Amino acid sequence: MSSLKLILQIAILTVALAGAAAADERPAAPKASVQAKLSYCKDCHGPSAQGYFGFFPIPRLAGQQTAYLENQLRAFLEHRRTNNVMFNVAHALSPEMMAALALSLHQLNPLPIGGAPRQLAAEGKRIFEDGVPDANVAACAACHGPEATGTGEIPRLAGQLYPYVVKELTNWGIERGQNAAKPDTSAVMSPVAHSLSKSQIEAVAAFVSYLK
Amino acid sequence: MPGISQFSNGRRYQVTGFASLKLVITAAVCSATFVVAGRAESPAVHNCTWCHSTQGVAPAPRLAGQTYQYLENQLADFRTHRRDNPLSIQYMWDATANLSTQSTRDLAMYFSRMPPKAAGDGDAELVAMGKKIYQEGLPDSNIVACVVCHGPNAEGVGQIPRLSGLASSYLKRRLEQWGQGYHAAAGPPMPDIARKLSPEQMEAIASYLSFIR
Repeated sequence: MSSLKLILQIAILTVALAGAAAADERPAAPKASVQAKLSYCKDCHGPSAQGYFGFFPIPRLAGQQTAYLENQLRAFLEHRRTNNVMFNVAHALSPEMMAALALSLHQLNPLPIGGAPRQLAAEGKRIFEDGVPDANVAACAACHGPEATGTGEIPRLAGQLYPYVVKELTNWGIERGQNAAKPDTSAVMSPVAHSLSKSQIEAVAAFVSYLK
Repeated sequence: MPGISQFSNGRRYQVTGFASLKLVITAAVCSATFVVAGRAESPAVHNCTWCHSTQGVAPAPRLAGQTYQYLENQLADFRTHRRDNPLSIQYMWDATANLSTQSTRDLAMYFSRMPPKAAGDGDAELVAMGKKIYQEGLPDSNIVACVVCHGPNAEGVGQIPRLSGLASSYLKRRLEQWGQGYHAAAGPPMPDIARKLSPEQMEAIASYLSFIR
């Protein structure tokens, strides 16, 4: 049962990654408007896109995978991912602008902003590296990479804000994969997010938040 | 250093109106011994409520229900002159000059626990526009949605201030002054955001916020 699940997950990922790799050459967005838009992103996501503790946790975008960033912007637009503010933001972006922003954000590399309970990190490291075999949860490192840098549509988790990761894993089923007509790679994480307990989620979130 | 001369004419009456109070406050603050500052009957609280009142609309911004960390940070910023808005220089620099760390905390706690009231002094016709900018931003103009940091009811959190129910005249002045370079030491993102707002957009946001609680 568990191996069947894993094969299915890998199959979905392979399809997703092949799609991302096939991205073609697109015309570039004008440089000045990219800079203005980037500054707009940073108004919320922080001056180095390191993330920000607003009323809602605002995720780190720095060093994020370009395919992931572009896919999420499209996910907001296509109602695959629910977020009113980001729907409006994405609505004003051309595909060329999305690509330019994703590339610029990917190239930033500020230090993590920290702020997570450090005492949880050791347990988080165990889960990240070994998974939770009893709960049928695979090691996070298997897909997100040993350094949690991600690849393609699989996001970088290193340095991501603690409350943001907690919120995403807790709300996975009501925030991601919300458009039945357009299933996406977020389905891979559904059983994982569902199987992790609150304390396990907090532990993993604390661990990845300190990774550089 | 920006001077008071840079004030718009519309603000001058307030400056004059406060002027007689300044000596009183400064004298009181400097002479008072703060044993327990965070009590209604304490001299420290009275020194604040001269201008800030204890509720509703006052000449100076309402403090009731403001977030604790924001109040503590602002008092520290006045004392170290990081907050350099004209009225801050004129009143708050002296008012905080002799505040101890403990008194700062006591005052911040005292005012943060008071129930907030809405000033309601904005332009009702601009509320809808202000609400839209607050909740959704203006993506085509690269103006972010205020709600993300200040909260669904503009209640603020931690070091991020509550905005709901503050006087629209105060809110508008703060936005104007961020855009003019005051209090730049507080860092991003407010100066950058304010620079992109038109006077009407500022008025609209300030009006909306003045009516909610």
